[in-house]
Amino acid sequence: MQISIDFDKCCGAGQCVLAAPDVFDQRDEDGIVVLLDDNPPADQAENVVQAAAVCPAAVIQVQL
Amino acid sequence: MSAAAPSRIAVVGASAAGLSVVEGLRREGHPGPITLIGEESHLPYDRPPLSKQLLSGEWSTDRLLLRGEPDIDALGLQLRLGTKAIALDTKAREVALADGTFVEYDALVVATGTRARRLPGTEGVPGVHVLRTLEDALALREDLASEGHLVVVGGGFVGAEAAAVARGLGCEVTLVTDTAQPMGDALGDELGAMLRTAHHEHGVRIETGVLVDQVLTDGGRASGVSLRDGRTLAADAVLVGIGAQPNTEWLTGSGVAVGNGVECDATLYAGSGVWAAGDVACWLNARTGEPWRIEHRTNAAEQGLAVARNILAGPERATPFDSVPYVWSDQYDLKIQIYGRTRGADEVRVVEGSTAERRLIALYGRNGRTCAAVGVNMVRALRGYRAQVAAAAPLLTGSAA
Repeated sequence: MQISIDFDKCCGAGQCVLAAPDVFDQRDEDGIVVLLDDNPPADQAENVVQAAAVCPAAVIQVQL
Repeated sequence: MSAAAPSRIAVVGASAAGLSVVEGLRREGHPGPITLIGEESHLPYDRPPLSKQLLSGEWSTDRLLLRGEPDIDALGLQLRLGTKAIALDTKAREVALADGTFVEYDALVVATGTRARRLPGTEGVPGVHVLRTLEDALALREDLASEGHLVVVGGGFVGAEAAAVARGLGCEVTLVTDTAQPMGDALGDELGAMLRTAHHEHGVRIETGVLVDQVLTDGGRASGVSLRDGRTLAADAVLVGIGAQPNTEWLTGSGVAVGNGVECDATLYAGSGVWAAGDVACWLNARTGEPWRIEHRTNAAEQGLAVARNILAGPERATPFDSVPYVWSDQYDLKIQIYGRTRGADEVRVVEGSTAERRLIALYGRNGRTCAAVGVNMVRALRGYRAQVAAAAPLLTGSAA
């Protein structure tokens, strides 16, 4: 799995962290997404795809 | 997928909710034909930036697209963009489009969203704006470029954000709202007052507690507004941000129940093979037992996915939609985020930070239970309160200490 993020468009909603807390976090100061693991294990696939789907700024791209 | 899953699925509305439905369907393995019908001619695009980065000129229009063309192509849709749905026949299972064609379906999703409310008689008047579509935002941006006086009617999300952007572009701005404070409906008076101070500091004039009577024109173009208290305000442009109304007129006569939006059960099912998602959906909230209709960006995505799953499961096996609403607003250097529903709150308690610091978390309570958590410039910390909102946990006296 490969994850890429358009950080400039991130709006800091944190929906990705709720969906996949092992893969995403947010910066303290502005809530911009922090990618904890850009190639997480396969058992995270469902959570990561969900995170990409609910991201309100559509900034998460996943290649399975 | 159950054996009886509908084969042909039509989704009316090609914005965030509609896109989420079709992506969800493909993700869940639906192989059958999907038709995505949209009144606007654009590929699905994002609306929150319209009153923020697009209006300010920070972003160009191509950044609004929710998916690139290859991603849309990969979904294998029958795309009917620039084609408004005008009627629905739930017996024949057929949608009539404005171009005279029909789309047959086995399951239908209504994701037609809302449109901006206007002041009577202002439609098509040059200089009078609403802010809902890309074209609306571009037209307003063009008017703001002359750096004249903008009068904003309405102190909600759209009005407050546009006022902030217009000041940044060098316009003179007056915001008029019938509430006691800007965004008072969503934030209450205490946080609304903080926001008012921020707008004042940036040079926005704010008239609260007053209704706008009508837009004045001169030579056919907007020249100001008259207020209910007898005063008039001159303006070079007027932005009307007084809320939105569900696009449901095309369902008249279809048998689909329409009130404040499309009336659905807890699973977003409206009966007769019709589902709804996004701004237009009014569903029975399984937790509160109340009908909810929510015009938030994240709600559109979440409901779209839920409807996709429920369509494939079928009405009998569909599961209730359950989520904590989330919305945000950017104004100047303030990021305001809301989990839950603040409306109807009878108590507001600042539990971290303060309005003076403009960095805070406030819990909103209704009948002693937490109904919302609002953060100002405390993005990461706010997330920790979401569970309390989800559980409608008791808002204990003195928990602010």
